[in-house]
Amino acid sequence: MAKKALVVDHVSMKFNLNRERPGSVRELLSRIRHGRLRDEFWALKDINFSLEKGDRIGILGLNGSGKSTLLKVIAGVFKPTEGTVKRYGKVVPLLELGAGFEKQYTGRENIYLYGTVLGYDKDFLDQHYDQIVEFSGLGKFIDVPIMNYSSGMRSKLGFSIATAVNPEILILDEVLSVGDVRFRRKSMRKIKSMMENETTVLFVSHSIHQVKRICNKAMILQNGKMIAMGDIDEIADIYEEMYGLERARLARKSRREARKARRFAVQQLEAAMLAVEEKISESGRSVLEEASKVLQTAEDYISGNSKAVEEKVKVLGEAAKVLEEAANRAAEDPEAVEQALRALKETSDCAAASFKEMKTAEIIAGEALLPPANQENPIKSDEKKENINL
Amino acid sequence: MLIQLKKSWKQFLSRRTLLKELVVKGIKLKYRRSYLGVLWSLLEPILRTIVYTIVFGTLLGRGGPDYPLFILCGRLLYSYFAASTKAATKSIGKNASLIRKVYVPKYLYPMSSVLSNYVTFLISLIVIIPLAIYGGVSFHLTAFGIIVPLIIILCMSYGVGLILATIGVFFRDIEYIWDVALMVIMYTAAIFYDPSRLIKSGYGWLLELNPLYALIQNFRNCIFGEAMDSQLLLYSAGFSIVVLIVGHLLFYKQQDKFILYI
Repeated sequence: MAKKALVVDHVSMKFNLNRERPGSVRELLSRIRHGRLRDEFWALKDINFSLEKGDRIGILGLNGSGKSTLLKVIAGVFKPTEGTVKRYGKVVPLLELGAGFEKQYTGRENIYLYGTVLGYDKDFLDQHYDQIVEFSGLGKFIDVPIMNYSSGMRSKLGFSIATAVNPEILILDEVLSVGDVRFRRKSMRKIKSMMENETTVLFVSHSIHQVKRICNKAMILQNGKMIAMGDIDEIADIYEEMYGLERARLARKSRREARKARRFAVQQLEAAMLAVEEKISESGRSVLEEASKVLQTAEDYISGNSKAVEEKVKVLGEAAKVLEEAANRAAEDPEAVEQALRALKETSDCAAASFKEMKTAEIIAGEALLPPANQENPIKSDEKKENINL
Repeated sequence: MLIQLKKSWKQFLSRRTLLKELVVKGIKLKYRRSYLGVLWSLLEPILRTIVYTIVFGTLLGRGGPDYPLFILCGRLLYSYFAASTKAATKSIGKNASLIRKVYVPKYLYPMSSVLSNYVTFLISLIVIIPLAIYGGVSFHLTAFGIIVPLIIILCMSYGVGLILATIGVFFRDIEYIWDVALMVIMYTAAIFYDPSRLIKSGYGWLLELNPLYALIQNFRNCIFGEAMDSQLLLYSAGFSIVVLIVGHLLFYKQQDKFILYI
């Protein structure tokens, strides 16, 4: 385990802008005068990292941050201006699928041509030919010249050829968005199965969700510099924060709202419970007090006065009367109990409402965090939220 | 140095399949969608030779049944040289989409264009047989000697091709300049006239400078049953080695920059 798969050692890449040839002698002279003959641009600056076997790294960054340049340097298409790249094993780049095809060739011929370009030999391609055709789903179209293919068919064929074997290092540049839904799912499965075979994957995508699903590591590029690299979750959080992604912001907002609602509900509930408790204990205490007083009196009568039984009986009757009165009063008291119950109901209603509010807020938050299944508009959830507020 | 050479040889071997595939592609695409296909590589030189024989045979007053064979020998070598160097010039730009996506040793592109033309060229050599019979030129053992100019012309075309391919990336105008240069080379290669006449006129140095002339002369000598001119042989061989070395050095020095210009 932990075998090295790729070492990118202090790689920098410089481009000369103004590469376009001057259109005329005058233009050339003016360029010399303004010193614009050599306008340098560093697409990558001192990129330094290494990957182990089986690592899947997502490369994040805005357009022009150097993602594709980095992939091309790793694929060996660009030679870095400074630094070195060490690859341990076969690299299969999936950059703009099907771009290396010969238009006049049929699908069959292109399998052999593109396959050998990727470094497979003829025997290998003979063995895997059927598998490639089957995976591409092209069927009888395989003997039709590529120029008559749709772009989706071309991409499918390109993907099928490139992934015919398990390469040690696989480079994916936004390629998972090609083809129809079925093929996309199929290719995703294929890549997943490759990952089980300890393939090292470098993956560029603007969909942080896709990156999260595939990768275990990630890095962020900004203006050609690597500003963060590490565990996927950690980096994804940094990335979202950095670029204030609209969706992430909305999600955070509704999450905050939900938390607030929940806090409010709990507060209300607590207050209500307290009130009920107070009410109940108050009336209960007064009844008990009354009763004990009556009892005390009765006892006094019994123990203290043994002169006449009649008198005792009379007193007892009196005590009973008092007791009855106390009981009546207790019966009367239900108003207080009822009041307390009403207060309880009110407060619990209130609590339920705030609970409901909290639930909806949470649903919105959850939806906002979901993947953009059909490029779902974040505005939609925004609208929903406003409705609730109303 | 030796280790490096060994390493690049090993790399070359590992890319053999790709080279073969590229060569086959060059041949296939050349004749794709034509009814006669590869037959054209035989038909085309015959038809050309007929035209040249009629035009120059009457114009220059040069006749004789072996004149078509004389023209054919020169014409075949020249058209191979012209076609392969032209193809090599464009080879990098033509494969730009591939170069931008996948790493492949870049010399394979000019090499494959030189080689695929070489294959059709070798096939077209068959045409020599009927024209030799027509011209009454009998078979000589020296004919086996054509293998020497054939090897030299391959090296020369590849060397020149490498140089042109490198220049072609940065300076596209070379395509048109080379067209003109090829015309000069054709007229100074004594394809349809007797070189002795030009030598007599004092412009002989033009012929002697032209390495293709040296090759064509020796090729003809072999076919017509004469001994090869050792001086011309040496010159053409030396020239090939020089362009091969220069071409390689130039190409290897510049190849990493190609990607930025295509």
